Amino acid sequence: MKRLVGASVPLLAALAAFAFGAIMLLALGASPFEGLKAIVDGAFGDGDAIAATLVKAMPLILVGAGITIAFRASVINIGGEGQIVAGALLSTSVALALPDLPAYILMPAVLIAGLIGGGIAGAIPGALKAYASVNEILSTIMLNIVMIQLMNYLLRGPMIDQAEIDAGTRVPTTRRLSDNAAMPDLVEGTRLHLGVPIAIVAAVIAYVILWRTPLGFRLRAVGHSPEAAKTAGIKVKRHVTYALAMSGSLGGLAGALLVFGSEGQRMTTDGSSVGFTGSAGFNGIVAALFGGLHPLWTIPSSILFGGLLTGATAMQRVLQVPAALAIALNGIVVVFVVSSGPVRDRIDAFLDRRAKLDQTLRDDVSDGSSKTVDLDQLDLDNQTNITGADL
Amino acid sequence: MSQFFTLSILVATLASGIRLAVPYLIAALGETIGQRSGVLNLGVDGVMLLSAFFTYWTVLETGNMWLATAVGLGVGLVMGLIYAVVTVFFHATQGISGIGIFLFGLGFSELMFRKQVGAPTPVDKIAEVDIPLLSKIPHIGELFFQHDLLIYFAFGLVPIVSFMLRKTTFGMNISAVGENPQAADSLGVSVAKTRFAAILLGNLLAGLAGATLALQLGLFQGNLTNGLGFIAVALVYFGAWRPTGVMVGALLYGMVQATVNQLKIQGSIPQSASDIAAMAPALLTIAALAVLAGRIKAPSALTRPFSRA
Repeated sequence: MKRLVGASVPLLAALAAFAFGAIMLLALGASPFEGLKAIVDGAFGDGDAIAATLVKAMPLILVGAGITIAFRASVINIGGEGQIVAGALLSTSVALALPDLPAYILMPAVLIAGLIGGGIAGAIPGALKAYASVNEILSTIMLNIVMIQLMNYLLRGPMIDQAEIDAGTRVPTTRRLSDNAAMPDLVEGTRLHLGVPIAIVAAVIAYVILWRTPLGFRLRAVGHSPEAAKTAGIKVKRHVTYALAMSGSLGGLAGALLVFGSEGQRMTTDGSSVGFTGSAGFNGIVAALFGGLHPLWTIPSSILFGGLLTGATAMQRVLQVPAALAIALNGIVVVFVVSSGPVRDRIDAFLDRRAKLDQTLRDDVSDGSSKTVDLDQLDLDNQTNITGADL
Repeated sequence: MSQFFTLSILVATLASGIRLAVPYLIAALGETIGQRSGVLNLGVDGVMLLSAFFTYWTVLETGNMWLATAVGLGVGLVMGLIYAVVTVFFHATQGISGIGIFLFGLGFSELMFRKQVGAPTPVDKIAEVDIPLLSKIPHIGELFFQHDLLIYFAFGLVPIVSFMLRKTTFGMNISAVGENPQAADSLGVSVAKTRFAAILLGNLLAGLAGATLALQLGLFQGNLTNGLGFIAVALVYFGAWRPTGVMVGALLYGMVQATVNQLKIQGSIPQSASDIAAMAPALLTIAALAVLAGRIKAPSALTRPFSRA
């Protein structure tokens, strides 16, 4: 019964959001029924529409699955935007540097580069939280800003297409990247490419890691009860860093897939993050929440939100209602989901755990600075710990 | 490059930095009040976008800047009411519900802009008001006394908010419910009411920050703030939850931006270098957080919903 109530929450939230959307459509002079029809047709009406929806869902699945990993370890990751950009930049660099590698090497290479790029962008706030008690909400937001500027710098400068310089237009974009790294189309004539199944597999792997491996067990232990985890010999700090690094690496993979699944096969910016990511770093949070913060449920949830985004674009054509409506509706879904009772209870429990984690981390920091006399002893401990069985 | 160091350009750049700092300052002061009461509001950017649009739209339709400012404040108040209900009564996770508010503001402001205005149409910017006599002092006058009224008001807010937080009963209640809501509750301070008021006040200022942005630029476009509201949230941490600290941070952001703009206008640096320079404040904030995090304590109950056990 309790499970049923929990499952109905996102649906009620969605209904409330759609009611709100209907009111907005009415206020804008459009019929809500035609609006809904245009969205559903545009999102799932035919093969092309479904393909477009799945492609839109792809980064949401990855970012969403990443959010769930962080959440299970009681950390919040709002750095999806920056992690997507980081992964895209590193994978693009690999393709620019080694364009002639055969596809069976280059394609995995750019995907791994995406994972690494996003992983680094996630590990930085993770390590800052673990070792310097820096609030990860803040540092991930700051890193978003840094990564956007880094993207603007690289795409306007070192990585710019020579043709743009020659023509004097200086549009911040790379040259067409090696076709050997391109995600092959799966269905002839649609935009559905290999990136979509890769994203789904990655979300399943995230699930397997979290619930079927010792690493996942330790991550969840740290999230569930950091003190108990510490007593049991789990390196809390290291696992907080891992959690955000893994979360970020999935965002980075999304970035690589956005570049190598794009029609133009280039990385392009309009100076903002939205221009490249389509706000996937934030919309992925919505999809993860809507999927109950479970990696597997994030998949259908992301497809639903991918459909909303695709459908809204179609609605813009049919009813002349701006597609930004979809973003506004996403916001309303978030507010409703996090305001609803059963979710709230779970999140209250999450906050308790997060506070405990912060306390555990802080205790460790102050241990290090207050017991200066024991510093040598502590250092020794640390060294033995590092060579321990944990890796 | 040497041209940058002539006195008149330096003064003009610094004055521009003061002007650019103001939206950060107002928004961050509002966020400070909210956070001192234990409520994190990540929706500032969304509220600013909404109020900037409605302020701009009012100027476009009526030409009346006072009415437009009032509309911007009104938008802040409405969003504040929503956020207060969501966080205080429904105990929504603040880090995430704020993102919801942000997405709503981002989408809705662009939706309204495209539907009601369409193409970017410039409107009059807010006029500068020269302070009699003082504005005539060479350089000093240009630096400090030739700004628009919102700028004077914003810097005037710093001591006012500081006084309010430290010396008034309301301010002490805010700190009490932000530090130890259980204790405050047992002493008869209503945690819900105090937080509700702090959130309203904070969002009112976020609304004013958005209005200021629109009035200073005389323009609106989708995602006008480009993350400004998120930086304002970070400035609260940077300023260690003190209005004066927040002001220093806001001025730093304004000055970096003004310097980069000036160098770009002069052609001293290419566009790409200015992108690198624009990273500096964010990196500095991360560094400051790393250094300060262990030493300066956040309000203990920050992001913790309160319910009587």
